[in-house]
Amino acid sequence: MSVLPFLDVALALLIVGLAVWTIAARVLFASVVGYVAYGLLLALVWVRLYAPDVALTEAAVGSGVTGVLLITAGKRLGAARAGEAGPAPGLAQKLFAGALALLVAGALAAVILILPDPAPSLAPQAAAAADGPGAGLGNPITAVLISYRSFDTMLEKVVLILAVLGVWSVGADKAWGAAPAPLGQRNPYGASVFLAQMLAPVGAVIGVHIFWVGADAPGGAFQGGALLAAMWMIAMMARITEPPRIDARRLRLALVAGPAVFLIAGLAGPLMAGSFFAFPHAFAKPIILFIEAFMLLSIAVALPALVAGPPSGRSE
Amino acid sequence: MMAPDPTTPGGSLLVLAILLPCAGIILSFVLGGRNAERVALGLTPFGFALACAIAFHVASAGKPVVYALGGLAPPLGIALRADGVSAVMLVAAAVILTAASFYARAKFATPEGAPESRIALTFWIMLQAIWAALTIIFVGGDLFNLYVALELLTFAAVPLVCIDGRPETLAAALRYLLFALFGSISYLLGVALFYGAYGTLDIPLLAQKVQSTPIVWMAAALMTGGLLAKTALFPLHLWLPPAHANAPAAASAVLSGLVVKGSFFLTLRLWFYVLPALPAAGAANILGALGSAAIIVGSVLALRQARLKLLIAYSTVAQIGYLFLVFPLAMGAHVWSDIGWSAGVMQILAHAFAKAAMFLSAGLLAEALGHDQIARLGGAARALPMTFLTLGLGGLSLMGLPPSGGFSAKWLMLQASVASGQWVWTLPVLAGGLLAAGYVYRILTPALSEGDIVLKAPPKRSREAIALGLALIALALGFAPQGFFDLLEIGRPLAAGTLR
Repeated sequence: MSVLPFLDVALALLIVGLAVWTIAARVLFASVVGYVAYGLLLALVWVRLYAPDVALTEAAVGSGVTGVLLITAGKRLGAARAGEAGPAPGLAQKLFAGALALLVAGALAAVILILPDPAPSLAPQAAAAADGPGAGLGNPITAVLISYRSFDTMLEKVVLILAVLGVWSVGADKAWGAAPAPLGQRNPYGASVFLAQMLAPVGAVIGVHIFWVGADAPGGAFQGGALLAAMWMIAMMARITEPPRIDARRLRLALVAGPAVFLIAGLAGPLMAGSFFAFPHAFAKPIILFIEAFMLLSIAVALPALVAGPPSGRSE
Repeated sequence: MMAPDPTTPGGSLLVLAILLPCAGIILSFVLGGRNAERVALGLTPFGFALACAIAFHVASAGKPVVYALGGLAPPLGIALRADGVSAVMLVAAAVILTAASFYARAKFATPEGAPESRIALTFWIMLQAIWAALTIIFVGGDLFNLYVALELLTFAAVPLVCIDGRPETLAAALRYLLFALFGSISYLLGVALFYGAYGTLDIPLLAQKVQSTPIVWMAAALMTGGLLAKTALFPLHLWLPPAHANAPAAASAVLSGLVVKGSFFLTLRLWFYVLPALPAAGAANILGALGSAAIIVGSVLALRQARLKLLIAYSTVAQIGYLFLVFPLAMGAHVWSDIGWSAGVMQILAHAFAKAAMFLSAGLLAEALGHDQIARLGGAARALPMTFLTLGLGGLSLMGLPPSGGFSAKWLMLQASVASGQWVWTLPVLAGGLLAAGYVYRILTPALSEGDIVLKAPPKRSREAIALGLALIALALGFAPQGFFDLLEIGRPLAAGTLR
């Protein structure tokens, strides 16, 4: 008998335990750490479910970038006065919220058990059409994201622009156009500088590699972009580089590059292949890689911009 | 086997209507400064023309206009579909967004040579984003594509609430964000369940497959719960009044008039287009009961507000309640269903125009007087006659007095209640009308009384005219010809798998 089922059960229990810890922890920082660990274990679950693309995304975005975002936000909240927090929820409110959460989770668990098995799937149809829209792509996930559901992917990238602008918009009027506050303390002999100098170049290469192999193997613009973003964030935290001014034309061009190129390619569809967001079969792979390269750029810039926060006007 | 491409003539207009504001967002963001405003205002006539062209195609073909993106038929690809209701909503949204854009120039214009400002860039880009999101919501034919539209709508609407930057607006925006994100997650869980059960997210394909199983009911409950939070139906309305009352007037008009209608429209899509096969009388009655409670609670709270903008925001809570009466009054394939359906759509439109007009007027009033305290409005109607005319005409439609869109909507609701034997729904409709009369008189009575009023600055005629124009459209809806109601029937499913 294989040991894997036992590992799976242990993993599941650990994740539920971490989830409880994340909610119950009294200190915000502890809660965030619990959440990051939870995300990493969830990535393992995706690996066990034979979904390495989702696992990569979960580890990079769900755990990595979100974790940094939460820690940064927590640090800023710590600086705010405690009096602004408002009264804590009462026992009745907590019980009600807990009961509601249990009810929804229980009902979800119950219906998931009765979902049809094997699950109805479009994968065979998509594979049958493999010489069509997903032509030349060995990774069906990339084919779905950039070809079958390219419209959704383009719109999601527009949402990313709005998210960055939304974060900027809560800054002060007089700071508009300036750079966000630096992400860490300057310490030229700190371990973080050493880490950034060692890790960032390697990480950047791996990020580009994950993007490049994404056409045929697990990976793609999202996972690669998230890794590049993480490397830039590490460099910013070590103060090797500073967040750019938000009115910098290059920053804005990089942020819109992905959706803009995608939109133009989609609009050119009727000329190339007779339909909006269609790609000619012969050139589908190069066109898709071209679009993805710009999306990689936009993701790699947008995530650090979210972490760096609104423009501050302070330099130190 | 690939299904044949379902694209119809005029289908590409749907894609262009979505991509136009998206391109506007990208251009505004890169060019920055004064150009954001130029792009946003410059694109309004094109957006309006596209909406009208789509409506014309739907009306002349007598059937929905469809476009399969990438030439891929569902379930592999995503289809966009504009039916009669989509067409009407597209035009209404285009009119209100254009009006709000030109009204907003006074506050959000960037003077020649001035540097880019925070509020201007945010406002013009988010306004275009709302246009893009609503267009997708009205023509989207795929449940996940519609989720992306909901996200776009949330991320555009929340920054507009706190654009003034005062602490209370930030608190209101954060509360709105939390409600909206709960709604998004809940909706997405439902979408995942539908895909897990049937392997497709295309609305007509799902409608053919769904059966009354626990999975479907769970998915429907999750999606409905999420959408109700975004629509601010009682008791999930807590976020709406502070959010809508604290935003700048042009944003409030769009948020109250259109944005909450976006998530309501998806609730309609879910129950009438995805789930017509379900025996949903119970669910319809629950939604109707929540709507009735919203009418009463929202109206009573509106009666108690000291500030004009808060009063108008609570009135939105009440008017949203009416929308949900469409579920008990139009569900199923009965002889009276089309009356209930017409009533629901008419209520969406009448409230959208009347409420946008009233928020724009409230903004003018607050700028002219320096406050919007109802108790201190004595004599204001004499100083600002056109603004109060607009408030009065908008109020007329909210009360449901003829001739107005509000009257048509409520009259049709009463007809449908009587025809279907569901007398109970006449009570909230009538009580809501009386209460609305109460809160509209609360605005008008002090304003028409004697009093000395000092204007800080008289409002610009053109801005008053924009608000009045919207109020007049709300009245003109009361004269909608039969052809208009025939248009609403195009593409409406009557029962599982049958299209009218």
